[in-house]
Amino acid sequence: MKITTNINIHHLARVEGHGNIRIKIQDGRLQEAKWEIVETPRFFEALLVGKKWENAPWICGRICGICSIGHTLASIRAIENAFGIVPTNQTRKLRLLLKHMETLQSHILHLYFLSAPDFLGTGSVFPLMESQPDVVRRAVRIKQLANDICDCIGGRRIHPTRTIVGGFTMLPEKKELEAFRSRLKEITGDLLITAELFQTFHIPDFTRETEFVSLKGDSEYPFIGGDLISTDGVTKKEQEYRQMTNEYCVDQSTSKWARLSRKSFAVGALARLNNNFSFLHPAAREIADRFSLKPVNHNPFMNNIAQLVESVHVVNESLALVDEILDSAWEEPKQTVTPQSGVGVGAVEVPRGILYHCYEFNDTGHILKCDCVIPTSQNHANIQFDLEELAAHYAKTGKQDREIELLAQMLVRAYDPCISCSVH
Amino acid sequence: MADLKPVRTYLGMPLYRPKTAFFELSSCEGCQLQLLNNEASLLDFLSLLDIVNFREAMTEKSDEFEIAFIEGSVTRSDEVERLKEIRKTANTLVAFGSCACFGGVNQMKNRLGSEWVKKEVYGDHPVESGFARPLEDIVTVDLKIFGCPIKKKEVEKIIINIALGKAVVHPVYPVCMECKANENICLFDLGEPCLGPITRGGCDSWCPNSRFGCWGCRGPADDANIDQLREIMKKHGFSEETLRDRLECFGGFSKYTEAFRKNPEKKKEGK
Ligand code: SF4
Ligand code: SF4
Ligand code: SF4
Repeated sequence: MKITTNINIHHLARVEGHGNIRIKIQDGRLQEAKWEIVETPRFFEALLVGKKWENAPWICGRICGICSIGHTLASIRAIENAFGIVPTNQTRKLRLLLKHMETLQSHILHLYFLSAPDFLGTGSVFPLMESQPDVVRRAVRIKQLANDICDCIGGRRIHPTRTIVGGFTMLPEKKELEAFRSRLKEITGDLLITAELFQTFHIPDFTRETEFVSLKGDSEYPFIGGDLISTDGVTKKEQEYRQMTNEYCVDQSTSKWARLSRKSFAVGALARLNNNFSFLHPAAREIADRFSLKPVNHNPFMNNIAQLVESVHVVNESLALVDEILDSAWEEPKQTVTPQSGVGVGAVEVPRGILYHCYEFNDTGHILKCDCVIPTSQNHANIQFDLEELAAHYAKTGKQDREIELLAQMLVRAYDPCISCSVH
Repeated sequence: MADLKPVRTYLGMPLYRPKTAFFELSSCEGCQLQLLNNEASLLDFLSLLDIVNFREAMTEKSDEFEIAFIEGSVTRSDEVERLKEIRKTANTLVAFGSCACFGGVNQMKNRLGSEWVKKEVYGDHPVESGFARPLEDIVTVDLKIFGCPIKKKEVEKIIINIALGKAVVHPVYPVCMECKANENICLFDLGEPCLGPITRGGCDSWCPNSRFGCWGCRGPADDANIDQLREIMKKHGFSEETLRDRLECFGGFSKYTEAFRKNPEKKKEGK
């Protein structure tokens, strides 16, 4: 049995942003387990006040370098909803394809560069370049394709330049899209090998029952807009998002926390999958089956696997989207924008979970109020309560300090937290 | 990854892999991500450096480094202390990206005053945050790499120059030069505003290539003529507000935007 353990991880590595883990165990009993967020706030919601609508997507993308496309799209959707703009089918498809490729690049970055080193017993992906170059090359190949498609549709992979309110500044060349088709097909093979790699990893067997929140699919696995749903049976409209998030401030974090039916809930790949399992592409479903992943799964470590399943889903759906886009003639890239007063909400499933942007405008289209609710903010409380239970559980079983420390880090990493984003 | 032997040569000269650390202050981490994000040259690029500290990608860390790349602006007292500590160790301190060079998008809150922005976001919950400042307000900066985000190709060139001990020179000409060389249709002719005439080049007219006007993320070119741009903007029917929004977006033009707005806290919290 454990006598005394003091785990103190300052600025946890291989996550985006700054967070600390503190665990204190005495005589095999947990005294304290804390997930602290020390990131500096940047005040995006305040700095936009008084600015004109066109500033918002461009500036709000800078909330996060990893999911800048998702932020830009959520911001655009909120503005379009406020101004009564309905995107054309062409715009919708291009946005979804762009979104899918951001999801893919982010999931692969997390699975290979941030998460896999724990399972392979290395401190980073760098040593793998020499010991397992195939693994690194595969990761790089998938990520590169995803990023190349983001460049092609969004103008660039970080802080996109072509995505605007009303549509796109310009459209990709059809022959560029055509060329991506064969690369997407190749990637399906790489993802199968990725699944085989992850099948060799030991996923910790830990569960804590919680609530999962995501967009609600109608006929397909949802990514952009629509109703909101939780595994505890709550459903809300997109514009009622505040009743779904209930943000509040806590002392241990510069990010706000959120709650719904219980003391915490989770968002992200596992939440999406738990709520929308039946809409997965058959190829993705097959991967889920291999890992016996089915709803409702309460093991936070399985978020890694849910990301893998989603990667397969988005690649297969992108293949279909590319075909649909290639089969139709190009229409106008953008619609004209006429500002009007009112409130607009945009909910988008970004890699780490559901993201909301909300703006209130006056009749000249100037921002009176701005609110952004970030996936990782919604996950912080859930991470905290998981961490407590995980530490208490392993303290009782008398695990070595080093093991508890590693498991605690792996737990937080499984959520793929985007901390600077959560504080924004 | 320690390796002090010259591992590569460049034009017949031995190349040392400088011990390099990456740090981030208040930022979106997009600039660091750009480095991990250019897959085609990622592996080559990493072999140029002996990376001893890169929290976003690795667990190991070291306090011994020659070059420090610092992303983000300074907004809190602990960041001031961290920055000063890094300065003590680094031979070369690089301001990495527009947040570090000019304050970036973060500095837009400065126009509103810290107390108001805290109240707007956190209500009565206490948080510490002050004026968002560029690194050079606190420490000596040896090299600036502009951009929001930085351009990976440019960074690679810069790093080769550092490894060779060569001086790093930035383009003095504006984005317009690159845009014309790229044979883009000028955005003004398409009815869109653009800061290309006054913004420092080096990004290969990244935004205009996508038919999106420049927002000045790299700061002013040498001899930037704001009055002339103001005339062009006026002629094309753009408001003073449109010009101001772009000028104050990334902080690079702060000496011009202060004429637009008086900042209440500049004296108290500024340098
Ligand atoms: S300069 Fe731009 S891309 Fe770089 S960290 Fe700052 S906001 Fe992010
Ligand atoms: S689009 Fe902008 S950068 Fe290009 S020529 Fe016109 S003003 Fe210059
Ligand atoms: S075009 Fe302007 S805003 Fe765009 S990257 Fe270049 S300097 Fe920055």
